[in-house]
Amino acid sequence: MNSKRNYYILTGMGFGFAFLYIPILLLMVFSFNEAKVTTRWSSFSLKWYQALLENDAIINAALISLKIAVISATIATIVGVLAGIALVRFKKFKGKTLFSGLMVAPMVMPEVITGLSLLFLFVAMEELIGWPDGRGMTTITIAHITFCITFVAVIIQSRLQGMDESLEEAAMDLGGRPIRILFDITLPLITPAMISGWLLSFTLSLDDVILASFVSGPSSTTLPLVIFSKIKLGISPDINALATLIIGIVAIGIVIAAWLMNKKEKAYQRDIQMAVAQNE
Amino acid sequence: MEPLEEKYIDPQPWLDKNEKPFLEIRSVTKKFGDFTAVDKVNLEIYKGELFCLLGGSGCGKSTLLRILAGFETATEGSFFIDGVDMTQIPPYERPVNMMFQSYAIFPHMSVEKNIAYGLKRDGLSKPEVKTRVEEGLKLVQLSQFAKRKPHQLSGGQQQRVALARALVKHPKVLLLDEPLAALDKKLREKTQFELMDIQYKLGITFIVVTHDQEEAMTLSTRIAVMNQGKIKQIGTPTDIYEYPQSRFTANFIGSINIFEGIVKESLSESHVVQSEETQCDLLIDRDSSIHTGEKIGVAIRPEKIHLSREEPDKQDFNTLRGKVLDFGYIGNLSVYNVKLPSGKMVKVSSPNQNRYSKHRVTWDDIVYLTWEPANTVVIL
Ligand SMILES: Nc1ncnc2c1ncn2[C@@H]1O[C@H](COP(=O)(O)OP(=O)(O)O)[C@@H](O)[C@H]1O
Ligand SMILES: [Mg+2]
Repeated sequence: MNSKRNYYILTGMGFGFAFLYIPILLLMVFSFNEAKVTTRWSSFSLKWYQALLENDAIINAALISLKIAVISATIATIVGVLAGIALVRFKKFKGKTLFSGLMVAPMVMPEVITGLSLLFLFVAMEELIGWPDGRGMTTITIAHITFCITFVAVIIQSRLQGMDESLEEAAMDLGGRPIRILFDITLPLITPAMISGWLLSFTLSLDDVILASFVSGPSSTTLPLVIFSKIKLGISPDINALATLIIGIVAIGIVIAAWLMNKKEKAYQRDIQMAVAQNE
Repeated sequence: MEPLEEKYIDPQPWLDKNEKPFLEIRSVTKKFGDFTAVDKVNLEIYKGELFCLLGGSGCGKSTLLRILAGFETATEGSFFIDGVDMTQIPPYERPVNMMFQSYAIFPHMSVEKNIAYGLKRDGLSKPEVKTRVEEGLKLVQLSQFAKRKPHQLSGGQQQRVALARALVKHPKVLLLDEPLAALDKKLREKTQFELMDIQYKLGITFIVVTHDQEEAMTLSTRIAVMNQGKIKQIGTPTDIYEYPQSRFTANFIGSINIFEGIVKESLSESHVVQSEETQCDLLIDRDSSIHTGEKIGVAIRPEKIHLSREEPDKQDFNTLRGKVLDFGYIGNLSVYNVKLPSGKMVKVSSPNQNRYSKHRVTWDDIVYLTWEPANTVVIL
């Protein structure tokens, strides 16, 4: 009975993982394919990687994307953290619920609408005050910040709600003024949440197509937009090479992070056990 | 006669008309919406006291403490420390410190840094902070743990860090919210005495919140018994135990038997109380505030009743006859539930002085319960 159930579970799991990873594996394998035709294997080659490095359009777009992602993740994290703290820690004020709701609304709003409305805003502002001057990196960055603040604020809110409020009260009781407490206690304790928020914003910005396609201009375009427009003209293997590189970087990052976390958790558990043992 | 050494004099400043209270709470009320958590509380606490707020869970003890620390604002009323009105002073400027029930030790700082935090906020110089931290660590015997992180400490050690962190600031009043509740029984008993010792050494006024009556009795100079946001009685542990003024206090602290009755007659030395529950008259000591015809409760603690199988011949004692329904052996004493003919149950406890008693009282024995009128408590 039990082994039969295990069998079902294993089969289900096998199919699940196959669906997730076979396409990616195929893509990676074909990035090393000599032939131009992406569906038939001929022989091993690194020529598409070579082609990728020589393709200035893609390299430029990748750099712009990274720049936008770093800037917008950083600004979104700063603003989102402040918003999250304000919404959780401030005493009840009139319209607090409304503000909380308004904060998460963009998360469920179709991105097409967000993109369109931002485009209207930028065009109107350009006519009124002459800024932003055309559409490009600035407008994409602003759009991404707007979008990411919501996610950061939600992450910070849930972290703060789970945190013992008496830590901040204790700091105040010991003579800390509110601003000091923010830097001494609150921010250090929500650092992991801040990092998650930053990473999430970074990823959201890096692979956004919809918002960027509304507010980007001819002068600058992001990596996802370039890939998208290239695909329309037919799949070329240098895109496979690019994808393989990205997957490789992400995989290495994840492995290192997991290893570090595992080490830290083990040390933590050992400390607790030692403290308990001492008590006896 | 030789004068007693100062140490042996039990100071009772609350009895001295010339003493001024150090902390004065005047008619403090706290409402959360329609709910009144603290209801017109008045308290006068004197310098160097170890004062306990005792009450069941949810009776408003922590809320009152949080008002004193400044985390809650009283809906009405005010309070003074050393003559200064604290109502408008923010928490970070009040001369009080609090030890939180959760200890609230900063998890990202070492023991040393935790203790130094408050001193640095006071703008003390580095060497001064260092000396005070060392003093604090020594006081709670944690010197060798200075560099540890909080998660590397046991519960008892964390409790000491929290205590040291608050004490090194030399507050005028230290507020402790259930300081021992998270410790196991043995450690709690040991820590109780350490806490008293530290308080005595430093002479700081302590206000301790607890729901544990034994803890309150052991620790405190005086106890305020709270119920539903109100103070029911204030007094020394002895006062509270021996002279409870209300049914609530009598039942909350220890256990007690209460017989309902009517004062039938007032004699020169005593009153005679008629009670349906005992089906005989009870004697209580004369008290000018008791009048004939009044309805009162005659209360007696279980350990003040003598239990025997032979009928005693003490005329001026109260004597009841009943059947043992149940008894429990606790080791140092045995507790009996005795049923009177009226159906009323009476609780009696008596010490087990001999290891094996031949004439041990057991189930279904007919027993006589006697007690001296002077030991009764009258509850109006
Ligand atoms: N911030 C708050 N908002 C609403 N009700 C509260 C708040 N704090 C405490 N209460 C209520 O006030 C009552 C007293 O709480 P508390 O002082 O914590 O009791 P305890 O005597 O157990 O320490 C409880 O019923 C609690 O639910
Ligand atoms: Mg409490």
